[in-house]
Amino acid sequence: MNYFSFLAEHGSTLLLGTVTTLKVLICATILYVIISIIFGLMRVSNNSAIQGIATVYIEFFRGTSLLVQLFWFYYVLPFFGISLEAFTAGVVAIGMNFGAYGAEIVRGGILAVPKGQWEGAHALNFSPFKRMKNIIIPQIFPIILPPVANLTVELLKATALVALVTVVDLTFEAKQINAITWLSAQCFGTALLIYYIISRFFLVPFLRWLEVLAARKVGRGKI
Amino acid sequence: MNAEWKWDFTFQILPQMLWATLNTIMAAGIGYAIATIVGLLFLLGQRTPIKIVNMINREIVEFIRSTPLLIQLFFVYFVLPQFGITLSAWVCGMITIGLHFGTYLSEVYRGALEGVPKTQWEACRALNFTNFYTYRRIVLPQAFPIAIPGMGNYLVGIFKDTPLLSTIGVAELFHAATAVGGYHYRYLEPYTIVGIIFLILSVPAAMGIRKLEKSVNKAQGKVKY
Repeated sequence: MNYFSFLAEHGSTLLLGTVTTLKVLICATILYVIISIIFGLMRVSNNSAIQGIATVYIEFFRGTSLLVQLFWFYYVLPFFGISLEAFTAGVVAIGMNFGAYGAEIVRGGILAVPKGQWEGAHALNFSPFKRMKNIIIPQIFPIILPPVANLTVELLKATALVALVTVVDLTFEAKQINAITWLSAQCFGTALLIYYIISRFFLVPFLRWLEVLAARKVGRGKI
Repeated sequence: MNAEWKWDFTFQILPQMLWATLNTIMAAGIGYAIATIVGLLFLLGQRTPIKIVNMINREIVEFIRSTPLLIQLFFVYFVLPQFGITLSAWVCGMITIGLHFGTYLSEVYRGALEGVPKTQWEACRALNFTNFYTYRRIVLPQAFPIAIPGMGNYLVGIFKDTPLLSTIGVAELFHAATAVGGYHYRYLEPYTIVGIIFLILSVPAAMGIRKLEKSVNKAQGKVKY
């Protein structure tokens, strides 16, 4: 069986899996961005209780393996009476895990805003809330977007793990096809290629575009 | 199913889990050793003055970096036998982890080499040092401290990715937990123990690396705000 007849027969299944992978990617990205902002802000809080909670959360999720967290959400939470669907468990686990990494990036970004900006806001008698919202936060985007782009590519790769808790994504479909046909090189090779294409030609250019946009917004970019 | 934590069950399975932890640590160690060497090879490909080699090298690195480790594991494990190369799950796992993280480490090495000021290279040239001598006595001693934090981070990263090896049947910690859980039909304790063991091992490691990073920065005269 040559490669084209393989594609003709199984291509549509793999594409269906790709759609699920993209869904996981988008949902998990939204969740992780929200969590990163919340915990990143908590991490720079002056209130030591709030800061402590954020630190524990971040250390906990960065200290254990994503796969362990995923299985914990899917297999252990039902013991506590919380049954999540496989898709939800996958999105929540990935979102919370990457949220912890993202929070550290946000914290780094906030601390990297030049001291003069903080002092300027202080001198102009901005309230702490206004200072964050109007002065500091708008400036962190060009700083945090490059590491965020890296993290998002990592997230795309991490979505493959949801196949292990029975979400029917690209990896799952590739495994299924492999089990039926034993054309391992074709099915896993195609899956690898699809992940590569998504990352190289869609995700990364999109994130670079965001970087350029953010840099231009604060007047740093080439026009 | 009930959410009660059973201590007798915990102590019953704990020895087995601790043994499996040794396997996990071993897998991480071997994988890391391979990755450091593979990283050097990729670095070499990057720095050869032949354009076409650079290009191919970069594409390979990009490809490996932007595809999931899980499928790479499956690929190596299932495809190599089709070409008559039958390797054990352990060997496959180590090769894949070595390749995958080797690409990341090559970037760390590159960053470290570029972190050495250009004037150092120029001075070596001016003093007519050989290439070998330049690297051995001037550049590498300066580049190594820069590379330490990144290398440490990826050691922890490999450690946290070892559970993936269980999918191709390497008997490490996570594999043991799944087996125990399936046997007794209780997943609460095994998976929680795995999480705790990971925390106990990787949080201190990460803290140590952060401390190292700080001291390296200090030694280099860079102060972090």
